[in-house]
Amino acid sequence: MGTATLLKDPYNLIITGVGGQGNVLASRVLGNLLADKGFSITIGETFGASQRGGSVMSHMRISAEASWSPQIPQGKADMIVALEPVEALRVLHTYGHPGIKIISNTRSIYPVGVISGDQKYPSMDELKKTIEELSEKTWFIDATSAAMELGHPIFGNIMMVGALAKTGVLPIDRDSFEKVILRTMGKEKTPVNLKAFDMGAEMIN
Amino acid sequence: MSQLYEGKKGEKCLFMGNQAIARGALEAGVSVAAGYPGTPSSEIIENLAEVSKETNLYVEWSTNEKIAAEVAAAASFAGLRSMCVMKQNGVNVASDFLLHLVLSGTRGGMVLVPCDDPGALSSINEGEARHFAKLLEIPLLEPGDFQEAKDMMKWAFELSEEIRNLVMFRSVTRLSHASGSVELGEIPQTDPKAQFNYNGFILDPMEGPIVSAPVAYKHGLQQDKLKKAQELFEVSPFNTYVGPENPEILLITSSGATLYSREAIQLCNAKDKVGLLKLGTTFPLPAKLIEKHLKTTDKILVVEEVLPFMEENLKVLAQELAPRVGQKTFFGKRSGNIPITGELNPDLVATALAGILGQTYAPQNPEYTTKATQQAFFNAPTRDLTFCPGCPHRASFWSIHNVLAEDNREGFVCGDIGCYSMAFLPSGFSTLKTLHAMGSGTGVASGFGKLGQFGLNQPVVSVCGDSTFFHSGMPALVNAIHHKSDITMVILDNSGTGMTGFQSHPGLAVDAQGNEAPALDIPTICRAFGATVEICDPFYPFKTQQIFHRLLEMPGVKVLIMRQICALSPEKKRKKAFEMSVDKEICLGENCGCNKLCTRVFRCPGLRWDDETKVATIDEVICAGCGMCAAICPSGAITRKEAA
Repeated sequence: MGTATLLKDPYNLIITGVGGQGNVLASRVLGNLLADKGFSITIGETFGASQRGGSVMSHMRISAEASWSPQIPQGKADMIVALEPVEALRVLHTYGHPGIKIISNTRSIYPVGVISGDQKYPSMDELKKTIEELSEKTWFIDATSAAMELGHPIFGNIMMVGALAKTGVLPIDRDSFEKVILRTMGKEKTPVNLKAFDMGAEMIN
Repeated sequence: MSQLYEGKKGEKCLFMGNQAIARGALEAGVSVAAGYPGTPSSEIIENLAEVSKETNLYVEWSTNEKIAAEVAAAASFAGLRSMCVMKQNGVNVASDFLLHLVLSGTRGGMVLVPCDDPGALSSINEGEARHFAKLLEIPLLEPGDFQEAKDMMKWAFELSEEIRNLVMFRSVTRLSHASGSVELGEIPQTDPKAQFNYNGFILDPMEGPIVSAPVAYKHGLQQDKLKKAQELFEVSPFNTYVGPENPEILLITSSGATLYSREAIQLCNAKDKVGLLKLGTTFPLPAKLIEKHLKTTDKILVVEEVLPFMEENLKVLAQELAPRVGQKTFFGKRSGNIPITGELNPDLVATALAGILGQTYAPQNPEYTTKATQQAFFNAPTRDLTFCPGCPHRASFWSIHNVLAEDNREGFVCGDIGCYSMAFLPSGFSTLKTLHAMGSGTGVASGFGKLGQFGLNQPVVSVCGDSTFFHSGMPALVNAIHHKSDITMVILDNSGTGMTGFQSHPGLAVDAQGNEAPALDIPTICRAFGATVEICDPFYPFKTQQIFHRLLEMPGVKVLIMRQICALSPEKKRKKAFEMSVDKEICLGENCGCNKLCTRVFRCPGLRWDDETKVATIDEVICAGCGMCAAICPSGAITRKEAA
């Protein structure tokens, strides 16, 4: 405890996705992991009605000094972890700035307006280009396909946590991850989550 | 083993606000906790229920909020510490009982915990419980962060015992559903005994019967209690000040807005100019403390959610104090500096603060913002709320909507609160035409059903969830039957309180603590009331529509129970009943007369229209395998195979 340092204080992380993708769980795991390291963590979450097919966001403030508001001010996010690519763009619109970093899953989940034909979902190439233009550094990974290989798309959230760890922007290591998973999910679920974490990390070059 | 109960004194935990509140109650030695599920309050009772086996604690999901308050009050009357928990609307339901309770007074510490939802993130109103504190004439506590959520909750019980009356402890979504660091205190190992004493003198508050009469006398006592609370508030450690001795602006705030205000001062780089007075005790206001701070400056900014509750109370107080502190200029909601509706955030507070300071607050680089706005506009399609893949409500409303359209008499549906509220949107085929409080669909329908004598001859339908049926649907149904109103009540029975996370209710064979419980059978109840009752499975739309058609033709009160378990229920989650596929040879695509019925109208998130091949496809990541879409395709191109 106390040895890890932050690139910036507070470090502002947003985890975003669509209700049902395991957004909240990913933020809890990360929050607990970083709290174990002695950081002061505040997490603001939207869920409830937002769960039903809506956009979901967790705002995480990581600080060595103080607790911060559960809502990150506009233009002040340092890193976005997006479980769904359009959600990355949506978050950039409000919280982005030229120095922001992004890890995004490439598997789309169509909003109901796209399914009905009222709206268009952009092509993945267009979406990637747009996100790259609006940020300093981006990583695109197909976490959902990898998660399907592991047995269920829900593991995509933990793959994104593994990917985030590998980028090195935050002091997240495999051992601390294992400790948190063991404590919060139990022995039985730990191996598969560790596997997901590793697979996510491998996807970052 | 849960940290909530096992966590030792001095240990630091990352707790959700609702967990902090639950832990505070445990540290206060709470014995009885009752509530009705409602976002953002539900996790308080859930967390307490989870640890109830480890200690002598009784926890229940009551039938509705009024009963939750009554159950908690009984414990208080017997000398135990108790709490009742609900979302903001719940206080409306409980208020009739509470208005009597605050006159009769309490014995064991009793705390009312409403969780408000500024911005209505998961509500259909942003009403506030704070106004009830004034109406009920009881002390109001509002924690400003996660640590306080725990510490103040513990203190709330002590305060209630000190004044022998109910105390309101109000949280908001951004505290209840946010998480932060909490240092734990001790959970006392006591063994409180319950005993209801009533043989004393009629006016003896501890030994006599507990009644609200004589009213004027008891009302006087109640006012004395409030004054006593106010005196305690003057020295409360939950009211804090940070800032210069004579600030240019005194920012007075409370609750979740405290966190925004603190950050806004930082964003404006105004630590030397702005003083932050954070109040944890917001009604009645601590007059002497306020006087002390009003003397230090002339400009006051009040930051709170949602309506100007504290602002107005402060202004009354400032007017009384004016001879001693001088005339003040107030900024806040009434002056237009802070929005009067919706939730706040650090940017809104920073904008207000900067405006008063004569600065500008520009959070983002304008060039970047313009580019990002354009890109988001063109490339980020909006994500409207919809029923989950595999949700039985989509299937139910499909049948209700189609039958009413075929019936062709301009029939309509009255709705109320639950996931099924979303049926006023296109994802529920815009079927709901009225939408109000819990149980209101059937009450409103009961009224419409009596308008025949004035010429109304449209079929009247109501929808009501299974938990809502017990909460407040039953009296409405009784009313319709007794008054021979012509309505068809559809009970959307998904076997749990779906919207808030699948809590138990009286129709289920299990209670909040996981004990076996007698399940009350909804069809039997409705038949006993005198209604014609039918049951169907909405995933079989042909049969469902046949029955619904028949009931619509019949006079009197008919109940159709559409029964199918919620797709998110623990039994169903992640298990597909069917593997779905689209036969590309059979799907006629754009040449079919259906005009993309499955995606354009049915709109299940598990379906996609493939723009290249021009046929429907199944999104395997999303599809829940309910099988319903196989029944709606006119060509029979969507097929289902039982999952292995």
